[in-house]
Amino acid sequence: MATTTDANHLSDLQEQHSRRDARHERMFRWLLKGCALLVLAALLGAAGATLWGGRDAFATFGWHFLVSDAWDPGNDVYGGLVPVYGTLVSSFIALLIAVPVSFGISVYLSEVAPAWLRTPVASAIELLAGIPSIIYGMWGLFIFAPFFADHIKPWLTNNLGNKPDDGKLSWVAEHVPFVGKLFGSDYPFGASILVAGIVLAIMIIPFISSVMREVFQTVPTRLKESAYALGSSTWEVSWDIVLPYTRSAVIGGVFLGLGRALGETMAVTFVLGNAMELSPSLLDPGTSIAATIANQFSEAAGLQKSSLMALAFLLFVVTFIVLLIARLMLRRLASKEGR
Amino acid sequence: MNSLYMRRRVTNAVAMGLSTLATLVGLLFLAWILWETLRQGLGALDLKLFTKITAYGEDGGLLNSMVGSLIINLIGIAIATPIGVLAGTWLAEYANRTKLGETIRFLNDILLSAPSIVLGLFVYTIIVLPSTALTHGSTTFSGLAGGVALALIALPVIVRTTDEMLRLVPSTLREAALSLGVPQWKLTLQILIRAARSGIITGVLLALARISGETAPLLFTAFGNNYMAVNPMDKMSSLPQIIFQYANDPGDEMHAMAWAGAFVVTMFVLLLSLLSRLILSRTKVSHD
Repeated sequence: MATTTDANHLSDLQEQHSRRDARHERMFRWLLKGCALLVLAALLGAAGATLWGGRDAFATFGWHFLVSDAWDPGNDVYGGLVPVYGTLVSSFIALLIAVPVSFGISVYLSEVAPAWLRTPVASAIELLAGIPSIIYGMWGLFIFAPFFADHIKPWLTNNLGNKPDDGKLSWVAEHVPFVGKLFGSDYPFGASILVAGIVLAIMIIPFISSVMREVFQTVPTRLKESAYALGSSTWEVSWDIVLPYTRSAVIGGVFLGLGRALGETMAVTFVLGNAMELSPSLLDPGTSIAATIANQFSEAAGLQKSSLMALAFLLFVVTFIVLLIARLMLRRLASKEGR
Repeated sequence: MNSLYMRRRVTNAVAMGLSTLATLVGLLFLAWILWETLRQGLGALDLKLFTKITAYGEDGGLLNSMVGSLIINLIGIAIATPIGVLAGTWLAEYANRTKLGETIRFLNDILLSAPSIVLGLFVYTIIVLPSTALTHGSTTFSGLAGGVALALIALPVIVRTTDEMLRLVPSTLREAALSLGVPQWKLTLQILIRAARSGIITGVLLALARISGETAPLLFTAFGNNYMAVNPMDKMSSLPQIIFQYANDPGDEMHAMAWAGAFVVTMFVLLLSLLSRLILSRTKVSHD
């Protein structure tokens, strides 16, 4: 039997309790929000730090920084064209190889392979994604680049290039514009932009193919089976039904791979050859933004360090935009699914 | 009619053949890379690698790099785990379907694949440069800076898995607790995170696998050290960094050591991802 005072006391206690709970709740909420905002801070900080570090280079060279191929620590003159060119071309080669291969893998895994084989093969391909990039770099440097120089490069220079060993231009080099320049080279070693592109392709295949496979599985079975019932072949279902249905997400996956390739450092640093020269040939050594930073930053000072920071800022902005597009594209399918 | 039919059949056969070929090529390269790492790494594996520190030639080992890697990775995980779990909890429990929550979830996915070398430069700017100013000019690379850089790479992995795992917890659990008058913070910490525990642990293991092979951000943060360093304020060697250094060296013995290091790193990473898969598959079974 509660008297009035007892009841008052009880409600006081309750109020104290609920006030304390509310206070804890607020503190907890702020703690959590603060941690989440750190993600934002990391991205803004990375952009801000590189922009700030590169301010001297931007102030000194201005827009010229983007189009100048000079990189001369002796005269303290720097331009970003060579690394920017190397980054873009090697990533483009990587996409050129990785996109069709990944599409093939995803079609195989979702339409062709027997059911018992799908999971093990998919896990094996995803295993590739887990291997650290420096291992790709070492494999590229010690195994693939020499293999390429011995077995693939001679064929390319002799049959496609404008500087073949025996001096006789092939039909292709003579009649198709640009091809001769792309594959002509006097450089004796394997390390080159093409090899970097191939290593990058192997690296991003698991990323792209796992996205593609996942989105292919979201295609309603009804849709596919209707097409099969009308007599479509497996290929026609993949190309005319599955691909159009998942188009935006597939493009998202490709951009995700592109984002990886642009920013990759260790896999390409070993196999690019690190030459600060602009060459039209894919078989000549070059460099990329990330490789230039990795090789030069710890010994750089003054304007050179600032130029490297400026390059890092460019890289960050470009990858950010590419990844932004990737995520937006991937989201489109998710919203179509009603998720 | 017949020729159309034939053409379609041939197209189909060629396309299916090519897609099978693509899969075989992918598997071939996987096998090639793993095989070379195993062959070259096992060939170079030697007890002295685990007992001696960096030195040129035959006397060299990887002990200081292994210890360094261990310390830097632990610092990275120790920083990223609490922050990542709390941030992921906020996304799943407090900010799900709010505008800010969606934005941060979106940006977290971008941070997940942001170039690690730029994150390394960021940490260089906020930790190495200021501490250099404090010590009057001598550049102060440190294991701690390396750990922070790796934490930035581990963070989005942990945020994402925590977020996803918490959203898998059935909402009846939340409703049951809330109806008993449990405050939301208590519900989150004592019930939800516990329910999603194995998934969150998987995320931490995946993050560890991801950072233990990272090289680029360590080059300008932990830098490298030829001597044994256990103080996180000292510059510190790490396995990926020593692999980078040795692989760039012209000496064959150095290359052998680089392969041995690569073997150790690869095995560690593969074991971790296997372990996390195992944990994840076991929890799935127990939920059924």
